[in-house]
Amino acid sequence: MENLESHYSHINGWGIDADPKNEPTYPMKKYTGDDYRRLNYQKPPQQPLHVEILHSNERPSVTAVFGTPNPPSGLSGIIRRYAFRFSESEYGHWLPLLLADRVNVVEGIIDDLKRGYVPNIFAEKGWNAEWKHNRKGLITKLAIGALVTTAVFTLVCRGRKKKHQV
Amino acid sequence: MLAMNYRGPFRVRVDHKPYPELQHPNDAIVRVTRSCICGSDLHLYHGLVPDTRVGTTFGHEFIGIVEEIGPSVQNLKVGDHVLVPFNIACGSCPFCKQELYGNCHESNPEATAVGGIFGYSHTAGGYDGGQAEYVRVPYADVGPMVIPADLHPDDAVLLTDVVPTGYQAAEMAGIKPGDTVVVFGAGPVGIMAAKCAWLFGAGRVIVIDHLEYRLDFVRTYAQCEAYNFRSMNDPVLFLKKATDYFGADVCIDAVGSDAAGSALQTITGRKLMLQAGSATALHWAINSVKKGGIVSIVGVYGPTDNLIPIGNVVNKGITIRANQASVKRLLPKLIDHVRSGRLDPKAIITHRVPLEEVSDAYHIFSAKLDNCIKPILIPPSARV
Repeated sequence: MENLESHYSHINGWGIDADPKNEPTYPMKKYTGDDYRRLNYQKPPQQPLHVEILHSNERPSVTAVFGTPNPPSGLSGIIRRYAFRFSESEYGHWLPLLLADRVNVVEGIIDDLKRGYVPNIFAEKGWNAEWKHNRKGLITKLAIGALVTTAVFTLVCRGRKKKHQV
Repeated sequence: MLAMNYRGPFRVRVDHKPYPELQHPNDAIVRVTRSCICGSDLHLYHGLVPDTRVGTTFGHEFIGIVEEIGPSVQNLKVGDHVLVPFNIACGSCPFCKQELYGNCHESNPEATAVGGIFGYSHTAGGYDGGQAEYVRVPYADVGPMVIPADLHPDDAVLLTDVVPTGYQAAEMAGIKPGDTVVVFGAGPVGIMAAKCAWLFGAGRVIVIDHLEYRLDFVRTYAQCEAYNFRSMNDPVLFLKKATDYFGADVCIDAVGSDAAGSALQTITGRKLMLQAGSATALHWAINSVKKGGIVSIVGVYGPTDNLIPIGNVVNKGITIRANQASVKRLLPKLIDHVRSGRLDPKAIITHRVPLEEVSDAYHIFSAKLDNCIKPILIPPSARV
């Protein structure tokens, strides 16, 4: 160790936290001696429940505190409520939640429009920064997009024309 | 108040949202003075974390001034400048009592596998985060810590997550003096893990990434070797050759679900979402570590499944250690390291962006534009 220390003298603090006792269980577990009391611990005071909070069915009730923004609503909310019937071990829990997230994106756009706000999706995606720092990439991306759209449009139009001729 | 507002994958903006309210006797309301965008925020931004609801404000790395306190708060007072660990922890459940503050049992009703985290989807408790002017901070007597007068606010904000996570990655790795440590990922956490590996006596530190500007940075900042996996056919073979064909003593996954480097992982994990993100870094870590070695994971993955070579874990007798950083446990030691100059967190900050330009900041960080390593957001009230 002493030899190593002199070898690494150019690194400020080398080996200062080296701990031979740091074997694979050391920082993970601090034994308190009362682990068996896990269900008898004193729970902190409960935050009042004013909005719908979905809780994992792997616990008996909500935790003492929780976040209240964005409670489940609309179609995405229905899907989320369904998802929470399943444990965290089930795909039935997580896959519907991912679906709900995508449905929620559409709901978000509808909500914006209902409020008379047209979301500037390009600005939200940070295209201002793309224009500033990667103009060539953005132009290439737009050009490829335009090319693919034109090709698809042309193919569809041709298909329709052929159908009419038959 | 102004707050970042998630609108869907790759879409965020700043909106006016209601001022947060005290909802529990031990709550505090904090006026944010700085917040960071974390690499793990990008997993949310990319739509990889289930139950990320439209309207959520992200941000689990922030500091700020206490504006209001609930009736039971005793350790803080209005006007205190505090750093707030990203874990929301009650301090009294069996896990908090073991100093596993990242695994609190009383802060996240939606999932039992993870404790509450500010602004990290409803899978982590449904809290709004600190990329806003104000934020509600539960368990104000447990997590927040008054920032010592001699600690620079830029260092303080990085002590809420990046530094403890990088440090714990090295700590969990059980590094012995002289060990060869391989860190996958030269993002902020990987950079910090490489730097901290020396504190535990590493003999050699190797960082693997694919972004040259980050490799250049970590080479200087952490005084380590750094290699681009795009310039080698097979990083695992490269690392075996670099370690006399034995494998590294320790491998650290500091990437998580957004890893590049394997078409199969990228398509199934990031594009089709058939697994919980791309597990390329973890795959490489398991295959690059020596027999009987340790793999330490701090990269964030989604809650479903990932493709990893578990057979090799068994056959090689590998120990896997992983957790969310227990910030509160590590703070005293890390503040000492910062004061003594052994760690210099603020040097990794590359971008200071007004909160109003959050969409651009996310895109720059996500697309790795403008040599971005770590962006921080400054709310308007903190710019006066």
